[in-house]
Amino acid sequence: MATVKFDNSTRIYPGNDTPSVDKLNIDIADGEFLVLVGPSGSGKSTALRMLAGLEEVNGGKIWIGDRDVTDLSPKDRDVAMVFQNYALYPHMTVADNMGFALKIAGVDKGEIRKRVEDAAKILDLTAYLQRKPKALSGGQRQRVAMGRAIVRSPQVFLMDEPLSNLDAKLRVQTRTQIASLQRRLGVTTVYVTHDQVEAMTMGDRIALLNFGVLQQIATPREMYDRPANLFVAGFIGSPAMNLVAVPVTASGVKFGNHVLEIPRSELAGAGSQVIVGVRPEDVEVTSNNDGLEIIVDVVEELGADAYVYGTPSDPSITLEGAGDDALGKPFIARVDGRRVPAKGEKIYVYPNPDHIHVFNKETGERLG
Amino acid sequence: MALEITTSAPDAALLDLPWHIPLAEWPDDLLAALPRGISRHVVRFVRLSGRVVAVKEIKADIARREYQLLRNLRRLELPCVEPYAVVAGRESATGEPLDACLITVHLPFSLPYRALFSQSLRKGTAIRLIDALAVLLVRLHLDGFWWGDVSLSNTLFRRDAGAFAAYLVDAETGELHAGLSRGQREHDLDIARVNIAGELMDLEAGGLLQEERDPIEVSERIVERYHALWEALTGPERVAAGERWRVDERIRRLNRLGFDVDELTMTTDIDGTTVTIAPKVVDSGHHSRRLLRLTGLDVRENQARRLLNDLDSYRAATDRGADDEELVAHDWVEQIYAPFVRSIPAPLRAKLEPAQLFHELLEHRWYLAERAQHDIPIGEAWADYLAKILPTKPDERAVVGTDTVEMPVLALPDA
Ligand SMILES: Nc1ncnc2c1ncn2[C@@H]1O[C@H](COP(=O)(O)OP(=O)(O)OP(=O)(O)O)[C@@H](O)[C@H]1O
Ligand SMILES: Nc1ncnc2c1ncn2[C@@H]1O[C@H](COP(=O)(O)OP(=O)(O)O)[C@@H](O)[C@H]1O
Ligand SMILES: [Mg+2]
Ligand SMILES: [Mg+2]
Repeated sequence: MATVKFDNSTRIYPGNDTPSVDKLNIDIADGEFLVLVGPSGSGKSTALRMLAGLEEVNGGKIWIGDRDVTDLSPKDRDVAMVFQNYALYPHMTVADNMGFALKIAGVDKGEIRKRVEDAAKILDLTAYLQRKPKALSGGQRQRVAMGRAIVRSPQVFLMDEPLSNLDAKLRVQTRTQIASLQRRLGVTTVYVTHDQVEAMTMGDRIALLNFGVLQQIATPREMYDRPANLFVAGFIGSPAMNLVAVPVTASGVKFGNHVLEIPRSELAGAGSQVIVGVRPEDVEVTSNNDGLEIIVDVVEELGADAYVYGTPSDPSITLEGAGDDALGKPFIARVDGRRVPAKGEKIYVYPNPDHIHVFNKETGERLG
Repeated sequence: MALEITTSAPDAALLDLPWHIPLAEWPDDLLAALPRGISRHVVRFVRLSGRVVAVKEIKADIARREYQLLRNLRRLELPCVEPYAVVAGRESATGEPLDACLITVHLPFSLPYRALFSQSLRKGTAIRLIDALAVLLVRLHLDGFWWGDVSLSNTLFRRDAGAFAAYLVDAETGELHAGLSRGQREHDLDIARVNIAGELMDLEAGGLLQEERDPIEVSERIVERYHALWEALTGPERVAAGERWRVDERIRRLNRLGFDVDELTMTTDIDGTTVTIAPKVVDSGHHSRRLLRLTGLDVRENQARRLLNDLDSYRAATDRGADDEELVAHDWVEQIYAPFVRSIPAPLRAKLEPAQLFHELLEHRWYLAERAQHDIPIGEAWADYLAKILPTKPDERAVVGTDTVEMPVLALPDA
């Protein structure tokens, strides 16, 4: 039973002026699978190490359950940090591969046996305990590696990009395995990744960091449907959300020559322009001069539907995006696979009014 | 798709390798059968334009990152393998995409720890490997490199007189910062301890460990050695104002450990009675740099110590204590070291490097002298060594035929 709480937790590395983790506030429920996601350098690993007791906390506190662990050493925290790389040892049996870290921790033999057997049952490895790893399939080897972490039965699992070195197929397999395993074990887990797809598919909730600052913490669905700001909107979702600066009018905003009605109250104080966001699947495409004029550059056929990548005809309209991606970013629309426009064709697009996102152009905050 | 090759030293021979074949299936005639550590990726040694390179099949983004990191480590003059190229955009004959390859230059005379343990060994080898790894880890940390996967498998060892010198071989998980926090260093140590214990237990399970101590105890040594060395190198020290000689003493102590001091920060306390000194990071290779300066010989730290000692004996024996050090060094190379190197029979050159052989020769001479209870001329010791000892040594330029294990991380169908 353990909740985890980052309470205004801050870390400034010696020699740096700005915090790498800046007043982080996260409440993690007992048994929850929380994913920390963000671009490289956003402070994910630092936050994880702070929780593990491996990184000094310069401000705020960290709680595990009802214990303030801010000043406790790693071994007094009952957390298990799962290494990025798990080697399997060829001369050792599967049982020893799973249990050896407990031996290092000084756990007695009987207890190790019991924990290894329990873990093997959960992982469906009981029949293989006395074999050598060579005799196992790729997926089974991966499960042995997971077994190494499970047998430690900590209050909290900490995982830092554990899948980053796997090939694409095994990565997807293992992703689901870890997530379902975590749910069965019910152990609170903090999982770090830079990959938003991984975050979306694995987490009960996602905490998105940028430059050490928490941008939003929400369920994957909420994060996708109601991104709190432009950064979240650009980061979550693939292909990414289209973000276009448009003028504010009396009744709403103008998207090309298409008027989108938006209650005045929502746009109050937003200035003369706002950013409208629309996900590729929420783009309405017409050929009758209604909406923003786009010239089709590329069409990517996926069978049932297709993605159209295009550029606004009006060169003054550029697409906003997270970070460096903004330059030359195409407008992306998902269309019916049976009715795809041709390359070079002009199409007109506007957002489905039920799935429109509006952001303050200056602050980037979500409006409404 | 076209092959995409990144390298700082293009070599047309690179294009002749069969990039359209998965690395695991490359024909034997291309390969050099050298031992490797445990790895999850497929790694093969390949002959390329007269030298041997290591080819690792790995995802393109990770390959590029590792290539770049290794280049940065080399720029910082840290001991690691030399990155040579990244080959991406590979496709099989039927058009299936293949993973990229990272190519590094095979480190000559390097020994993976598993190969070391399969040779008959002096007692205490595990300990000496760990001591070498501790030095490597301290050096990496001093320059701000967090390794993330410290292990014996990810380290290569070269003989260095009676000890070993360690080199980083796998930088896949590494990060380079301006400096590291204590937490980052402790994290690496924790990883090191668990990995080393696992690796030694594995050797034990395979009956390869002839060590008297148990793996866990040995693995804990990395933490102790690391902390002792880190403290000696960076720890502040308080010195009474009248004891300035202690400052010099500190510098000499660091030199003895093989490190050079760049600068010392000295802060005097308010009433001026004590001075706190903290060495500013220091560079290792004190003796090897000194030997290089004196003789132009480029060898490892402990080998350099050994050669410098012999140089000192030569100076004493020839009664030239008052002569310029450089002149004496020049004569020592001309009269002792160079003739020795020339006298190594060609077929034996692959056995050990000259500086290592010279160290062994000095050891052998000492052993003969002790047995005979009088001095033995170097020529006599050499003849005895050549006849009796050297032929029994395995080739170490490229050790062959030890057990090598790969645990590929591939999405094989589940049984
Ligand atoms: N340049 C080199 N010179 C000598 N040996 C090398 C070289 N490159 C690789 N090796 C050998 O190949 C082994 C495997 O290489 P490496 O550690 O890079 O693979 P890996 O699959 O990334 O390992 P891991 O499973 O630790 O991630 C090393 O342990 C080492 O013995
Ligand atoms: N030892 C250090 N010294 C200075 N800055 C550091 C150090 N370690 C990490 N940082 C900085 O802290 C920030 C967060 O790093 P990190 O937690 O590793 O991010 P992430 O895991 O999200 O990639 C980055 O800007 C990084 O450069
Ligand atoms: Mg990280
Ligand atoms: Mg490795």
